[in-house]
Amino acid sequence: MSNPAPIQGLPAAPGVAIGPLWIHWPDEVVVERAQARDADDEWRRILASIEQSRQQLNELRDMAEAKVGAEEAAIFEAHLMFLEDEEFISTIRQSVFSDRLTAEAGVEVAVAKYAEMLLALEDEYFRARAADLKDVGQRLMRNAGGGGSGARRALTQPSIIVADDLSPSETIQFERQFVLGICTMRGGPTSHVAILSRGLGVPAVVSAQVTLDASLDGVLAVLDGETGTLTIDPDGETIGAAQTRRAKWLSTRARAQSVAHEPAVTRDGARVEVVANIGNQRDAIAAMDNGAEGVGLFRTEFLFMDRASLPTEVEQIEAYGEIARILAGRPLVARMLDIGGDKPVPYLDIEHEDNPFLGWRAIRMLDRREDIYLTQFRALLRAGAETPDFKCDLRIMLPMVSTMLEIERGRELFERAQAQLRAEGLPFAEQTQFGIMVEVPSAALMAREFASQVDFFSIGTNDLTQYTLAVDRGNAKVASLASPYHPAVLRLIKMTIDAAHEHGKWCGLCGELGGDALAAPVLLGLGLDEFSMSPSAIPALKAAVRERSRTDCVEIARRALSLATTRQVIDYLSV
Amino acid sequence: MASTTLTIHHESGLHARPAAKFVKLAASFPCAITLRNLAKPAAVAVNAKSMVSVLTQGVNKGTQIEIVATGEREDEAIAALIHLIESNFE
Repeated sequence: MSNPAPIQGLPAAPGVAIGPLWIHWPDEVVVERAQARDADDEWRRILASIEQSRQQLNELRDMAEAKVGAEEAAIFEAHLMFLEDEEFISTIRQSVFSDRLTAEAGVEVAVAKYAEMLLALEDEYFRARAADLKDVGQRLMRNAGGGGSGARRALTQPSIIVADDLSPSETIQFERQFVLGICTMRGGPTSHVAILSRGLGVPAVVSAQVTLDASLDGVLAVLDGETGTLTIDPDGETIGAAQTRRAKWLSTRARAQSVAHEPAVTRDGARVEVVANIGNQRDAIAAMDNGAEGVGLFRTEFLFMDRASLPTEVEQIEAYGEIARILAGRPLVARMLDIGGDKPVPYLDIEHEDNPFLGWRAIRMLDRREDIYLTQFRALLRAGAETPDFKCDLRIMLPMVSTMLEIERGRELFERAQAQLRAEGLPFAEQTQFGIMVEVPSAALMAREFASQVDFFSIGTNDLTQYTLAVDRGNAKVASLASPYHPAVLRLIKMTIDAAHEHGKWCGLCGELGGDALAAPVLLGLGLDEFSMSPSAIPALKAAVRERSRTDCVEIARRALSLATTRQVIDYLSV
Repeated sequence: MASTTLTIHHESGLHARPAAKFVKLAASFPCAITLRNLAKPAAVAVNAKSMVSVLTQGVNKGTQIEIVATGEREDEAIAALIHLIESNFE
């Protein structure tokens, strides 16, 4: 008799899986401190194992970088350093030659010695390195045993993997075609396994209270990544319901994905760039998954928040470089630091202001902090430096520009940063474009003058709306007045696009309006070159563009801009 | 023998990337180089060319360390390591 009571865990990656369970046993090599007969033989086994491990870790690093991203790949870099460590290897050598231990026992002794020292430290970071060292030790022991890393039971049919926990290397090594779903007993929605599952598009549940038991192997189960449940040995009704949900999930995903990566071209052949707004590495990965052709707004604030001091140039280079590598040569529009009184950052001496959106923020703060300004330019430029296997189409823009002076000053520092790097002999992205956000009405009104000084504009409709209509978006009593569909806002958008085109420059838009399918015909008609939005909005926006012809849209835009109220514009577009 | 005493100002101490850079730079010199965490009186000097050993010193931000180089190009090695630390591991 089947028992359909579901086991509750935490949803970690969406989707539904139906299939046999496959228990992933932790494959720990346990060795006894055995004596060896021939030390030279043992030492040769160690050397061969190190070489084999090095190859495996190099492959894992490349695989992680290709499948998931540079952040995960760095885990394997650290393992490679342990593998080449003088003291670690010399401790193994001593065990083999002086204490006459076997290869495996020698590794065990060395791992235990250093792991113990690391675990004795207070800092969590150092203690966690003990686990890395053990991982490397396990790999060395497996390889010394001649079994290779594939010594474990291989996954040979599509299954739902159940494990106590999965390390990044284990997760990434499964044959993708055989992984129906993943269920772990540990971990949270932001653990390595959850992030990797979402990246791979595999349903996953974490923190499920399953008891790992060999008798579960091969038993049919239903895994629901949306409700966070695992149902072992489900009844017919449960299977039927799961099949329906699985079919729906697959078809929705297939429909969106099949076209998400195609370019957005109107019926009459006009192509626009559809790109993403991102704030960190994870967004960048989501953007690529959703078919973004690049990034139209990279908010750099994340690097400056939740810390006690300014990030150094090197820290910034690393963070920007990781994003750039995920984009792999696609356009990356980075916005300079946009911080003001609404986001208190203790080390920046920004005081509380009654009206932070009209206060000392963004470019106004940078203008007075040349150190931050110049360092960020340098870091961005250096992060985009071309190498034989890396290229970055970098574009940098200034936030909240309202006067020509700010552009001139920004350009002067942008050029000074380049001159410095050249003088220091440091490589940087030579072809970087320089642009501004148009989000203050004065910038839209002066767009014609500003256009001659920049390479591009990006219209920030959220702020442009609140500044044009004098509405605080955070104030519930008036927030409903803050509509980018107000004809006044649309007219400023038109002025900005027209001014850019008159000077042969391109114009993008990175507010909420960019991802709104209702606005797409107006923006297409106004000639917008680049639509930037949250990653998840991309497939639908591309679909909206494909339904239209640009010629028709010119007329739609003309009509919409001639209307007198927000309501009329929305009603006209909704028909 | 050449030596120096200085303080680590990097936000993350001798962790992750700073530690990796420090070890790689040390390993590029022929002389013997050791590192000692002066904040821990009981700590012994360890091989600065070993990532594992450097990590076991538990060097955090604000920790004073002593670096000693002995042998070929010892002065150059100390100067290079000082430069790395003072430039905040650039």
